[in-house]
Amino acid sequence: MAIRRGRGVAAINYPTGMNLGGDPTQALVHSTPTGNFMVTLSSVDLGQGMKQIMAQICAETIGVPTDRVVVDTADTDTGPHCMGTFASRGTHRAGNAVIQAAREARQVMLEVAAEELEVNASDLETDGQGNILVKGAPQKSISIFDVALSAHFKRGRSISGRGMFLIPRSYPEKETGAMKPSTCYAHACTVAEVEVDDETGEVTVLTVKNVFEIGRALNPKMVEQQLVGGSWMGISHALYETTEPYYPNRDHGGTDFNQYLMPGPGDLAQTEIIVLERPSADGPYGAKGPGEMCANPQIPAVANAVFDAVGVRIDTLPITPERILRALKAQASN
Amino acid sequence: MAKVPVQFTLNGAEKAEFIDSGTTLLHALRDKIGDTSPKGGCHQGTCGACSVIIDGELRLSCLTLAEACNGATITTTSGLSEGGVLHPLQRAFLDAFATQCGFCTPGMIMAAKVLLDHTPNPSREDVVEALSGNICRCTGYEPIIQAVLTAARSNSQNAA
Amino acid sequence: MELRKSYFADQRKDDLHEIGQPRPRSDSPGHVTGKTTYFADRNFPGMLHLKMVRSPHHHARIRSIDTSEAEKHPGVVKVLTAKDVPHNVYTILILIQIGPEDETVLADGKVRWKGEAAVAVLAETERAAQEAAAKVKVDYEVLPAVFDMDEALKPGAPIVNEYHGRNYYLYDSGECRKVRFGDVEAGFAGADHVLEQTYQSSPIEHAPTETTGCIVAPEGNDRFTCYTNTQAMFFTLDNTSIILQMPGNKLHFVGGTVGGGFGGKVDVIVEPIAILGAKLTGRPVCFIYSREEEMQISSPRAAEKVVIKDGVMNDGRIVARKVTGYTDAGAYSRHSPYGAQKGAGHYPGPYTIPNVWIDTYCVYTNRTPSSAMRGFGVTIGDFALEVQMDKLARLIGMDPLEFRFINAYRDGDMKAHRQPTEGAALIECMQEASRAANWPVAEKFMAMSSYAKGA
Repeated sequence: MAIRRGRGVAAINYPTGMNLGGDPTQALVHSTPTGNFMVTLSSVDLGQGMKQIMAQICAETIGVPTDRVVVDTADTDTGPHCMGTFASRGTHRAGNAVIQAAREARQVMLEVAAEELEVNASDLETDGQGNILVKGAPQKSISIFDVALSAHFKRGRSISGRGMFLIPRSYPEKETGAMKPSTCYAHACTVAEVEVDDETGEVTVLTVKNVFEIGRALNPKMVEQQLVGGSWMGISHALYETTEPYYPNRDHGGTDFNQYLMPGPGDLAQTEIIVLERPSADGPYGAKGPGEMCANPQIPAVANAVFDAVGVRIDTLPITPERILRALKAQASN
Repeated sequence: MAKVPVQFTLNGAEKAEFIDSGTTLLHALRDKIGDTSPKGGCHQGTCGACSVIIDGELRLSCLTLAEACNGATITTTSGLSEGGVLHPLQRAFLDAFATQCGFCTPGMIMAAKVLLDHTPNPSREDVVEALSGNICRCTGYEPIIQAVLTAARSNSQNAA
Repeated sequence: MELRKSYFADQRKDDLHEIGQPRPRSDSPGHVTGKTTYFADRNFPGMLHLKMVRSPHHHARIRSIDTSEAEKHPGVVKVLTAKDVPHNVYTILILIQIGPEDETVLADGKVRWKGEAAVAVLAETERAAQEAAAKVKVDYEVLPAVFDMDEALKPGAPIVNEYHGRNYYLYDSGECRKVRFGDVEAGFAGADHVLEQTYQSSPIEHAPTETTGCIVAPEGNDRFTCYTNTQAMFFTLDNTSIILQMPGNKLHFVGGTVGGGFGGKVDVIVEPIAILGAKLTGRPVCFIYSREEEMQISSPRAAEKVVIKDGVMNDGRIVARKVTGYTDAGAYSRHSPYGAQKGAGHYPGPYTIPNVWIDTYCVYTNRTPSSAMRGFGVTIGDFALEVQMDKLARLIGMDPLEFRFINAYRDGDMKAHRQPTEGAALIECMQEASRAANWPVAEKFMAMSSYAKGA
């Protein structure tokens, strides 16, 4: 009886969005009288940080600091339609809608600034700090604060924009299955290293090295949040989680966190995250949806590592000590 | 249902309420007093989201009867920042990006505060032990552990 | 976390101001101070609590329901049964024309899974609602149930859901969603080895720390404001409008600050019945799942069975792959027909294989209806695919990572569902994993690129 080590690898891809259902999201952007910007949506922030990312996307597009943008979302009386937060679609779909709306608002903003500065709008640029400058002559400038005041009280212009992003529905062809499930895919490769106690069947995940390709890390710290949490969830799925431990038998389902198991803070694998960025052709600033796929590759990587360690295949999830012991017993009797 | 009086100190302020006998502290805080920082994640004592500090000890408010808290001194996460200045733990959670959905955060901060109150220079193992009654589904725990360790370091630097 | 900017640098301009910056999250200060307002952090005077009477049987006919004792219970304000729900039989994907309507808001004549809602009790307190729910008498005639997908698909199996009339979802393509590419049988015939393996999972709970729920407040103007943690505002509003036969303009949904979802909050379950309760009583109504309900009543990730048959050459090329996937929808469709179809679009994984045959089935059994979860339609498939890849590599005596390089898709490669590959990056992920994990592969693999061959 011994503690045995093994390692396993898995590589995966993941579609962004739900093309097979049709996938629209809208956004509205407008400025306040003093040059702050409101993004209005009906998208839902589940904790992944939708509000923050939409603010950064709007800020980048208009050319102001992120803290000048406020996101008002998920009120059906004010926010235009969004399909919902699922299918790794939020950042991609809503982000594209926000970009379109913000561009339209930016154009009005530049037109008003052009009138104030008596130049052509096409000769203006933003400095990202809240000012609009004449290209090549930055001493000639106006603050966005003053532009918004002028638009509201002098020029009678609405610095606002509408955004709509729609991936039309793809209907699978009946006989061949020809379809377009997604316009862009995120990628990952995970190597997991485990120890398996062949006496108890217990698995300890020592390390997971995850490489994720996610299009573009719009906010690297928030990307890291999702990827670290996702990697944890993947390991949790691999080794612990089930509401029906003896499926298809319906008995013995957990009803609280003492029965429904997940790794706690004392059960963490040493986790490494490496991010590659291949911008998607149609994503907001190249982004893809990383939120779901980051929890997938750990499951087969752990399963393959368990085999590498003790030479038995557990093809049924989760890979519990009971299943490992039964497999080891079967192996020994063969 | 019989009403019973309860009186305790919550985040430095005296509170007195008549409540239904059998009301949990969690419900009393949230529904009667209006402090919604403790969260009801399971009402079974298995998730830690409702954690509060009673007389210096970490307690699950969903398993604590309000009427058993007469005369107690209770701290919740909403009472941690003073004069708009965040508590070092709150600051550390922000800086470490240790919140995602945020639902477990107040309970995590309570558990961490009791740890640091008793053990100002905790080891990683101490932190893990202290957080082991609190469920988080978003973060994978590592950022939370790091936040607590960072807060401990900044505390000990301030004390030095 | 490390960003490896050396990859794909030619496709990216790193000249942005706000994008790519680790700005602090605007919501975190609210989280750390306990000030963030989740739906349940609201309290309305006179608010009622809703509790469900749930089926103790996996499959049963309801002979009768007697609510008289429950109605007399102190604190009870209203007891709702199927006849109170204007459009009781519904299905959520009807909004994207995926029918038929197959599920009841409150059981009508039958229950099809253990835990199915039969009667809703509205009372002054949670405790009164719970106690009254226990006093509702439902007379059940227990029927044979089926739990195993293979059993469910056999002729003569008990029919789980009469609205389908068969224990699988009928796609326009027939009993399963199909993908056909090349000639899979010829591929097997010409392969050096053929390996067929079966993979299985069981249902998985999303386990968000905040359980599913909503609070409904009737407004003075005949409108209803629903504070909810749904993942999809208008999807929920529009389905509610259908179920309650209430114009959408009477409904106002407020949400967007959610204590974790992971796909578990895309079903439309709590809102319609809570709004109906608010309408019929004129009082605010709160309906929040207990943790037990969240774990055993709310939709889990579906159990799946995946059978993969591969033909592989000794040089490492996979020449044929046949996948048969079964998604255990439980008793009702919810999002599962979509998930099974999404699986068909995902197989055979990120590999270029000339001959592919995919069948994915959505199967009905007498268990908690499953629905979407993080990685919907893909997660379990990826487990099966990638364990199969490991087995194939070992079968031909090849390094598992090198084996994947040989088969990895690249830009321009035609996928089985007949879309050319664009924006591939699998090879680069594997190259970086090789370095990071100190898992060396042959130089020729480290020199590969996802860019189109010859480009």
